[in-house]
Amino acid sequence: MRTVYSDVLVIGGGLAGLRMAIGAKRRGYDAIILSLVPAKRSHSKAAQGGMQASLANVIKGQGDNEDVHFEDTVRGSDWGADQEVVRMFVNTAPKAVRELAAWGVPWSRVRRGDREVIINGQKVTITERDEAHGLVAQRDFGGTKKWRTCYVSDGTGHAMITAVADRAIAESIPVHERTEALALIHDGRRCYGAIVRNLVTGELVAYVARATGIATGGAGRLYRVSTNAVICEGIGHALALETGVAELGNMEAVQFHPTGIFPAGILVTEGCRGDGGLLKDADGHRFMPDYEPEKKELASRDVVSRRMEQHIAAGKGVKSRFGEHLWLDITLLGEKHIKKNLREVFEICHYFLGVDPTKDLVPVRPAQHYTMGGVRTKASGESPSLAGLFAAGEAACWDMHGFNRLGGNSVAETVVAGMIVGEEIGDYLARSGSDPDVPMPLVRETWEREKAKLDRLLSGSGREDATALRVAMQELMTAKVGIFRRGKDLEEAVDGLQMLLVKSRDIRCRYTATGSNPELIVAYRTQKMIRLALTVAYGALVRTESRGAHFRDDFPRRNDAEWLKRTLASWPDENATLPTLRYEALDVKCMELPPGWRGYGAKDYVDHPDTPARQAQVDAIRERLAGDRLALQQALMPYEHLLPERFRGRNERIDEPLDVGGQPRPRPAERKRVEA
Amino acid sequence: MADKNRMLRISCLRYNPQVEGDQPRMQTYEVEEAHGMTLFIALNEIREKLDASLQFDFVCRAGICGSCAMMINGRPGLACRTQTHALPDSITLAPLPFFELIGDLSVNTGKWMRGMSERLHTWVHMKQQEVDLRRIEERMEPERAEEIYLLDRCIECGCCVAACGTARMRPDFVGAVGIAKIARFRLDPRDDRDDEAFYEVVGDDDGVFGCMSLLGCHDVCPKELPLLTQIAFVRRTMLRAGLK
Repeated sequence: MRTVYSDVLVIGGGLAGLRMAIGAKRRGYDAIILSLVPAKRSHSKAAQGGMQASLANVIKGQGDNEDVHFEDTVRGSDWGADQEVVRMFVNTAPKAVRELAAWGVPWSRVRRGDREVIINGQKVTITERDEAHGLVAQRDFGGTKKWRTCYVSDGTGHAMITAVADRAIAESIPVHERTEALALIHDGRRCYGAIVRNLVTGELVAYVARATGIATGGAGRLYRVSTNAVICEGIGHALALETGVAELGNMEAVQFHPTGIFPAGILVTEGCRGDGGLLKDADGHRFMPDYEPEKKELASRDVVSRRMEQHIAAGKGVKSRFGEHLWLDITLLGEKHIKKNLREVFEICHYFLGVDPTKDLVPVRPAQHYTMGGVRTKASGESPSLAGLFAAGEAACWDMHGFNRLGGNSVAETVVAGMIVGEEIGDYLARSGSDPDVPMPLVRETWEREKAKLDRLLSGSGREDATALRVAMQELMTAKVGIFRRGKDLEEAVDGLQMLLVKSRDIRCRYTATGSNPELIVAYRTQKMIRLALTVAYGALVRTESRGAHFRDDFPRRNDAEWLKRTLASWPDENATLPTLRYEALDVKCMELPPGWRGYGAKDYVDHPDTPARQAQVDAIRERLAGDRLALQQALMPYEHLLPERFRGRNERIDEPLDVGGQPRPRPAERKRVEA
Repeated sequence: MADKNRMLRISCLRYNPQVEGDQPRMQTYEVEEAHGMTLFIALNEIREKLDASLQFDFVCRAGICGSCAMMINGRPGLACRTQTHALPDSITLAPLPFFELIGDLSVNTGKWMRGMSERLHTWVHMKQQEVDLRRIEERMEPERAEEIYLLDRCIECGCCVAACGTARMRPDFVGAVGIAKIARFRLDPRDDRDDEAFYEVVGDDDGVFGCMSLLGCHDVCPKELPLLTQIAFVRRTMLRAGLK
């Protein structure tokens, strides 16, 4: 057993993992990143449209600030989010854009003067301010009140990960490419690193670390049709789940993106609609205004996806040999705009559909897109139940997305959480209590257990074929745990998945090489994925309400009275076939934005008993402190103490200069606290 | 719809250097073509149904990550976005030359690219290490940002190096990918380096002066980067810097 030691072990080489490692490194700690693939090939790269941050540079973003971003995000989450974490996020997002601007991301910039844009299907001329010229530009996205999405053409994630991965190289952070963590090393109280398999040689190595961070992205491949890269299999989620101690939050919250190209499921960005693209049906009719008069194509993704499926069910879908779909029309944006600002979309349509989107309609249908659920963490990014284990990005339930995340908020979360959690890891390592007495027998025991599991897959007596089980799982999830959910379907899904789980214990590979072996990889990942799928399906079955992306036909209302709480799933008994669920209540009495109507989607919901009182309290404070938004926020829900010192403080904007009369304005934390 | 689907004969180079005594050979698989089939779909079907041991790399399967570059009927390209209908009945697939072979169609482009980045220092050399993140960002002309992004679109797939004549003769050649990155950072007003500094890393025969201007790179780049003009431009500026 070879052992590698480091201060920090980061599992996952996407934006969250890279930024977390850079943060720890800048605090003077050694970090090693494990990645299935070269870091720049991670799925972060696929974020096309942009990153939300309330810079308010463009004229349509004027008046935007942290407060507006906060409200949009909480409404988007259907009140499932942790509002303190949302506050931490919205205050750090502008800093993240500015840091990336300094690191080399070629953000698209504002050009002064008139320009023509498409708003609500009409050509409109808007005029950008002189003083905004050359600053980072923003575009419109779904579920937002202001134009807030900063972008690099439609290759935002690509440009971001290129800059951040190069930054990691500049800071000499090693990325161990083509390695995969198979299990966390832990004693039920703290985490000591992971057992890791080299995917080229098959060598099994113990990576011992004082802090371990999971940043492995989403679990889209639990479904048959997903926009996610093929490596987004939820393995980081499963690593945490398999400890039996760490918990996963809100796994039933799965987002479907309205515009996966049909039938391949490859994403075309929300920027298509943000820039003015329309959704049309078999008759060429623009149907979204019929359902959503307020936000139309730019309601939140859960709402648009449901309306699309509803419209197809009403017989308005376009029939094709692969099934039904709808149309995305961006022809009205013009060739010049598409080839410059939606270039990847142009390429995807050209190569995968043989369609020219400057002239033709694009066939689209909602496809699995984002995993809101993840490793439950505290605001610091650390697991509340397993010390030394951190998580960030899509793999985490931090929890800023609740039951639906807004477009542009995930790629923003990757870097923001990476910044904050990297810093928190630094603090954790600085505390003497974090020096572990590494129990080497435990490390060896874990290594031997994983070795035995692999041996059994290669030469055991099992008869099950991993690919067949995986396909059956994906079919069940797609057919029964999709956009519209029903109790009966969910029961069938849970039963079916339990049977698959039992069978997965008897997987045996036909190809038995111990080194590089694609079938072996499918085998052990499938075992993990079925377990993870059960946390999604079972969580969805038990949650008898509709919230955000979780929609129950048989319980169509949001029910705050019974369900304003976070699902926590764990798997304490390895031989069980179901996860253990418990629930963590969200406290209305502390909310800055008490639950209400989202501004789009269904208008009826069941109130929480505490909501009217809290709303009255909030209204009174708002009236008293109207005009000073910083003092007001501070009075409603103080959060700045949760942020690492270096990321505190206001964000400068054209209309909100940092210096008043030559003196920097005091930061909210330094002001006199206004009592609520 | 009544038309019978074609039967494709897909020949893959097979060789696993991890297995002692293994010899490189071609192996042919028969796959029934389907509507809209890409090499991503075909290769996965082979692995699921015909041969669980076949090695290849896909990540995004959408033409943006650069993992799946391989020789497709003798020409470097991205397998994920290559539709089989554009190819003849017989398709030959081989790993990219030049890069370290992992096995079958899988090569270690990641390792080479990291080495290239470390050698050429492909990151913005900031004027100050610490920026005040609370302040409004530095301005940049919109056209300049667009020019940088045009070169930043490189996905490090390795096609340009696989198609490069110089790389065959000079194992340490930085390739069009390396030269294009230098062009990108040279454009960037945030980068503190001057031409003398760039000359230090690409001003020799393993850098821009090694290029023989065969420009296979330009022909095969899946992102259609303007490699022809950029290499010529970097060569001119480096020549000027070298003569100073």
